[in-house]
Amino acid sequence: MNRLLFGDNQFFGVNHMSEEKARAQAMRFQSVDAIMTVLDDAYDAGVTTFMCTTHDRIAEVAERVRTNQKRYESQNFFPCMPYAHKYSNAMADAGIFGAIKQFLPDEGFLDAAMRGGRSFATKDIEGIITLLIDAEMKMFAGLETPVIFLQNVVVDFLLGMGFNDAFEIFARHVTGKYGVEPGFITMNMPRLLDALDSVGIVNPIVCSNINKLGFRMAGGIESYMDALNNREFRAVAMSVFASGAIRPDEAIDWVASLPNIQSMVFGASSRTHIESTVELVEKYWPAR
Amino acid sequence: MVNVGIIGLGKMGLSHFSIINAHDDVKVVGVCDSSGYILDVLGKYTGVNTYTDASAMLDAVDVEAVVISTPSKFHASMVRDCLDRGIHVFCEKPFCLDPADSIALAELASAKRLVTQVGYHNRHVSTFAEAKRLLDLEALGRVTHVLGEAYGPVVLKPKGSTWRSKKDEGGGALYDYAAHPADLMTWYFGRPKSVSGTVLGKVLSSETEDEVFTTVMWPDGMSGQLSVNWSDESERKMTTRVSVWGTNGKMVVDRQEIRVYLRAASQPTVGYGKGWTVRYTTELTSEVDFYVRGEEYSAQLDTWIKRVRQHAVQGTADFAQASITDELLHAIVHSADGGIRSLNEDVDKTKQSRSEYSTSLWNWLKARRRERASRVA
Repeated sequence: MNRLLFGDNQFFGVNHMSEEKARAQAMRFQSVDAIMTVLDDAYDAGVTTFMCTTHDRIAEVAERVRTNQKRYESQNFFPCMPYAHKYSNAMADAGIFGAIKQFLPDEGFLDAAMRGGRSFATKDIEGIITLLIDAEMKMFAGLETPVIFLQNVVVDFLLGMGFNDAFEIFARHVTGKYGVEPGFITMNMPRLLDALDSVGIVNPIVCSNINKLGFRMAGGIESYMDALNNREFRAVAMSVFASGAIRPDEAIDWVASLPNIQSMVFGASSRTHIESTVELVEKYWPAR
Repeated sequence: MVNVGIIGLGKMGLSHFSIINAHDDVKVVGVCDSSGYILDVLGKYTGVNTYTDASAMLDAVDVEAVVISTPSKFHASMVRDCLDRGIHVFCEKPFCLDPADSIALAELASAKRLVTQVGYHNRHVSTFAEAKRLLDLEALGRVTHVLGEAYGPVVLKPKGSTWRSKKDEGGGALYDYAAHPADLMTWYFGRPKSVSGTVLGKVLSSETEDEVFTTVMWPDGMSGQLSVNWSDESERKMTTRVSVWGTNGKMVVDRQEIRVYLRAASQPTVGYGKGWTVRYTTELTSEVDFYVRGEEYSAQLDTWIKRVRQHAVQGTADFAQASITDELLHAIVHSADGGIRSLNEDVDKTKQSRSEYSTSLWNWLKARRRERASRVA
């Protein structure tokens, strides 16, 4: 994993601090050309991993990269699935099974499972989970995806319910079918480590907020520090700047001082911002 | 440890189950839904006890507190059954479709000293709570007008298939979307006097409204407007915003930031100077123990569980407070011809037909109105 991973929140109107800023960004990045310009800047600055949601528009980005392999020789993707809002909005409209049905490539599968009688067999749940993963992965066909992440809304929803087997099914399918590593995004990192332990996932890749402010580090910053010092896992830090609430140099200096962090995800909309982040990382956090 | 049962496992019920199941002071002793498939999967993979009938669950296990997230039309009867059994209740919003039920159930809960709360999660969003603090300190002076807005992408094609698209089951943009800014308005400014100029417009739905516009008046002459559209695809997700104008300035609040303009600096304790002050959720939000989809969803359940443990019968968004929002929503439904509809009409009828249980709540409402009138004066 590279030290710096390029995130995609800025392209889709996600900003944890300001709705107005988010809207302005969503307008600016309406065209794929605008997204590609920033991705090119990141690539040219040596940030060649794009950690992105499986938003419909990422399919267009993937297509650009696929058709221009020479320009993007080292480009790889860390897909984060699913793009949860599309499920959430569909659930209010069509119910939970209606929503799942909409996103399954083969609607017949769920119908067959539900017709099979009142009881869902284990293989049905496995079947639904793996079909959903495959549907989301379609857009990355032919591209390098060394790590496939499960998004935090889904991870934390399953974690709360104690549905830990789903993590094992996800990990097994990602390793078995795609031959790459599974990753998990969470807002409850220490608690998730216990759950992954319980289903036998060893030395997992776990991405969570890690910032000096303790912003959205559920369970408290101390429990995160304890996990970083004492647990066996590969940490990826996100929200390092707490959506702009912490000064960049201060934020990176602090993260660099922590043990066990492999990478940090950051979002940026300009070449200057990308280059200054790369410089700060070279200064405070040189490769070991 | 509080033994909790979950009734209804739709979108909100599953979310509540996940959050409360992770709470250190809670044991989920049973979940109940009419869909065998959901129960089957949860039973198999999480080990929770599952029931297809709420009464059967309440008979079978020792439930001290329930979370009710059924379609809205079932709230009143489910809540009554639970209160009769002496069980504390958290109920999804809107509380009841008929405010006569809301008021009666608030009274019943109060008489039985049970802890109740309705899922108005925006009251637990740090920026909206900060606005409440400023308004209670009268930082804007005398408030003259409030604009409550909610826009988002729910109905984006002509046909919906769940109860949310059926008017008589509590579907539609009014109960689903407008309820949120409406509740913030009653939380901030108390019980309105009347509504008028209501438009319940259709964009794509055939049975329900997709737009809500109405004018709200308070007894002291303060005015408000509600502007809601749930067929607005330009929003990535639901966006709720409240703007307030007063003699000393204005504020604009959404779930991420609060922007305040003051003509004169407020008292030093308030922390807002002359001109603009902007504060963000990143600095205002308190950490939660377990996060699924926004601090407010965890915070509202944590608040309710804490109140249950402390037997704190009164609290934010309890049934008595949620009844006021129900009255407002009901008045909007019945003013769709655009005419003036007084909130008192509903309550007066309620009083006649249900005088046995509405007296003390009525007095409380009157006291609240008096208190508000004197505060503004």
